[in-house]
Amino acid sequence: MNLNTLWEYANPKKFIQTTDRVLPWVAGLAALTLGAGLVWGFFFTPDDYRQGSTVKIIYLHVPSALMAINAWLMMLITSLVWIVRRHHVSALAARAAAPVGLVMTLIALLTGAIWGQPMWGTWWAWDPRLTSFLILFLFYLGYIALWAAIENDDTAADLTSILCLVGSVFALLSRYAVNFWNQGLHQGASLSVAPGERMAMTFKLPLYVSMAGFVLLFVALVLMRTRTEIRARRLRVLIARQRMEHA
Amino acid sequence: MPDLGKYADAVLSAYALSVVLIVALIVVSVLRSNRMRTDLQTIEKKLKTDG
Repeated sequence: MNLNTLWEYANPKKFIQTTDRVLPWVAGLAALTLGAGLVWGFFFTPDDYRQGSTVKIIYLHVPSALMAINAWLMMLITSLVWIVRRHHVSALAARAAAPVGLVMTLIALLTGAIWGQPMWGTWWAWDPRLTSFLILFLFYLGYIALWAAIENDDTAADLTSILCLVGSVFALLSRYAVNFWNQGLHQGASLSVAPGERMAMTFKLPLYVSMAGFVLLFVALVLMRTRTEIRARRLRVLIARQRMEHA
Repeated sequence: MPDLGKYADAVLSAYALSVVLIVALIVVSVLRSNRMRTDLQTIEKKLKTDG
């Protein structure tokens, strides 16, 4: 793809026109895939010989944790685009993604606690992966609060971009904490290419479908919310202009 | 409904919580999107009529 073509989407009008056509398809596909993955996982997979029926929580926990980290990485990329190219759409896309990432992190934390209680005998442990996820959750809250606290959109975009760069350390830690510190209760990656115990296809296939569903849901929500942020920004500009004319 | 055995509470509460959170996120996003579109249309129309 020509990079110049990609920058065309930094034009708010072009972005809204394109997403007008794309969004219904992505949303429909997200509903289908997510529904299929969760129904398959919940109703049509067997119990695990060690974990019993709690293994069904994997279809929520792993995809939401995946999206919690990747949402922040997407925000990092769009924040860098804002810092370097000053495209408003990219800053607004980062803003739009934050609440989605926050909910994904919350789902990962809650389902992890619910799963941990019967398996580990505790809802929570100050384990490296759990702790870095909690810090990531707090970073999401801080990021959203910072956007809301600053009136000037450009200043807010600058400061939240810096916060996003700092928070990226914890997004990466959340992913690799288990590898960095060989301690804690949390297991290693569920879907690993490294040699060792492998997950059976019976569990793996619905997990892939559920993961695809979460990715598509994220894309659909971010597209819709970016459109909303573009309109909200234009609304603020028009209201400010109107006030100045009446002053 | 599958037989979830002694872990039924854990599995059902994980699914219920996640579905509630996802649906709430979708509803809030759609409502805000609709409100913003209407507000913007209203002010643009007003600005056009005011010249």
